[in-house]
Amino acid sequence: MDTLLTQILNSLFYASTLFLIASGLSLVYGVMRIVNMAHGNLYAFGAYVAAWAVGLAASTLHWSLLFIVLLVGALAAAAVGALLEPTLLRPLYRRPEEYQLLMTFGLLLILEDVMRLVWGPHPLTASALSDALGSISFMGVTYPGYNLFVIAVGVVAAVGLGAFVYRTRFGVMLRATSQNMRMASALGIDVKRVYVQAFTLGCLMAGLGGAIVVPIQGAVLGMGIDALILAFVVVVIGGLGSLEGAAVGALIVGFVRTLGITYFAEVELAVLYLIAAVVLFVRPAGLFARA
Amino acid sequence: MSPAAARRSAAPQLAAAALVLIGLVAVPWLFSTFQTITVCYGLVFAIAALGYNLLLGYTGLLSFGHSAYFGMGAYTVALLVKYMEWTSMEAFVVAGVLGAGAVAALFGIVCVRYTRIFFGILTLALSQVLWSLALKLFWVTGGTDGLRVPTPKLFFSLLTPAEDKLEFLAYRYYYYVLILFVAATAVMWLIVHSPFGKALQAIRDNETRAEFVGVQVRRYRWVAFVVSGAFTGLAGALWVPLNGLTTPDIVYWPFSGRIVFFVVLGGFRTFWGPIVGAMAYNYLETYAVGYTVYWQLVLGIVFVLIVLTLPQGLAGTAEGLLRRMRRPAPAT
Repeated sequence: MDTLLTQILNSLFYASTLFLIASGLSLVYGVMRIVNMAHGNLYAFGAYVAAWAVGLAASTLHWSLLFIVLLVGALAAAAVGALLEPTLLRPLYRRPEEYQLLMTFGLLLILEDVMRLVWGPHPLTASALSDALGSISFMGVTYPGYNLFVIAVGVVAAVGLGAFVYRTRFGVMLRATSQNMRMASALGIDVKRVYVQAFTLGCLMAGLGGAIVVPIQGAVLGMGIDALILAFVVVVIGGLGSLEGAAVGALIVGFVRTLGITYFAEVELAVLYLIAAVVLFVRPAGLFARA
Repeated sequence: MSPAAARRSAAPQLAAAALVLIGLVAVPWLFSTFQTITVCYGLVFAIAALGYNLLLGYTGLLSFGHSAYFGMGAYTVALLVKYMEWTSMEAFVVAGVLGAGAVAALFGIVCVRYTRIFFGILTLALSQVLWSLALKLFWVTGGTDGLRVPTPKLFFSLLTPAEDKLEFLAYRYYYYVLILFVAATAVMWLIVHSPFGKALQAIRDNETRAEFVGVQVRRYRWVAFVVSGAFTGLAGALWVPLNGLTTPDIVYWPFSGRIVFFVVLGGFRTFWGPIVGAMAYNYLETYAVGYTVYWQLVLGIVFVLIVLTLPQGLAGTAEGLLRRMRRPAPAT
């Protein structure tokens, strides 16, 4: 029973970080029809900045304040997004969509090495935070408190993002642009601004994902690429452009990964990709596709 | 374009190609062993790029999973060496092409049902299935250590491996690769200028119209996918003896990105673009790696600049300039 609960919590922990990454990817695609291949590297960038900021502040601030310092990572990724969209993506909207994908691939290469250039080849850690929360015992299991915190952040982010997209005025503009960009523009929505905001929000989610896992996993080179591939699996299963899809996809991938690590570690990734391929075969646009 | 006009425009291209070929034949005499081997890598990558461009340039499908077929070509050879103790390069070439073609046929069934972004993601995801198998089934594939491949026997064992491996690679093996490169280029030229190639371009330009004039869109895409995979597999099979080792890195998706890079750098709207791009990329990477550890940054910046300012790629831009020079601006 207690191992089962631990496994479930592990799955939820995975699902939570995956949702943070995949929701941003999905949001950007939903609004702009761009699959951002650099998304994983923005996640890694968030992780690096958060680890760096926590490292700077760790000696002077009380540990509870360090949770706020983590947000620096998310904000840094958002700032990069706000900078990239108008300068490098906007000139390509008139071109065939291949070019946008190619551009984000170029950004992936650049960001990967920028992180190596700034923070060097050695991993950064921020374990002060995960240590501070220690372990919590309940219902016969002992579980790291920080992992529970990550699960909570994932749930809050899912609810918050859902409320934002479906309940606010900006959300309406976002969805209108997503459904018909020209019509939205004709109705007086500043599409350019919506694009910047959507891209920035997507990057913010990626950065938040990176910042939140860094106390556990640390920031290492290549983490962005691994995360991107998993996020692709999530959005392919759930349906690109759908928030519910990102949540359900993240849960499915989270549980399959946990099962995989226990029972079929060798082919865990292969099984995930096969699930994605099967879903695409049966439901071409994913489980929660709107169109 | 009328047949006569087509012949007229093809003639200078073929003449230029013949000149380049003479240059390529002379490479081992003119340059150092290191330079020759670099060109040899370039030729191998050019074959992969040619195959890739049948999908991107001629069929309009952006694959991010061609590492699967390159890797399949390479691993087929390596596994034949390890388990069957084969040594003949001809057998390797045939097996590599068949192995990669078979995987492409299988993956293609799923992938060609989609276009655009889903095609890209699906090819990527499937290629990563192969990658994780190459990585995780280490008792078969050697895992991250990879598999070693000794120098093979060329031309039905008429040419046995030379004593000095570098000598062998820079002369005999270089010419072997060159011959196959020329053959692959000629075959690809015939394919894209055949009715089949024209049908693919019709699908690229307007799928619905192509369907209406009787092109079986999905089947044609599938055939293009398999041919593309087989060409890339040929490149993989030729690459292994050159590299001496195959690791899961070549099945990992950044390698697919590299093939995309070749084609975008050279220009995917011209026949010669991928070849130019693969050769240029190979030099760019070799020198960038030599000068700085941040070579990926250099490549990324070059890539972003190409996408922003030279969407036609090197060959496409050069072709446009030539055309403008030959035909002065019309009088207004």
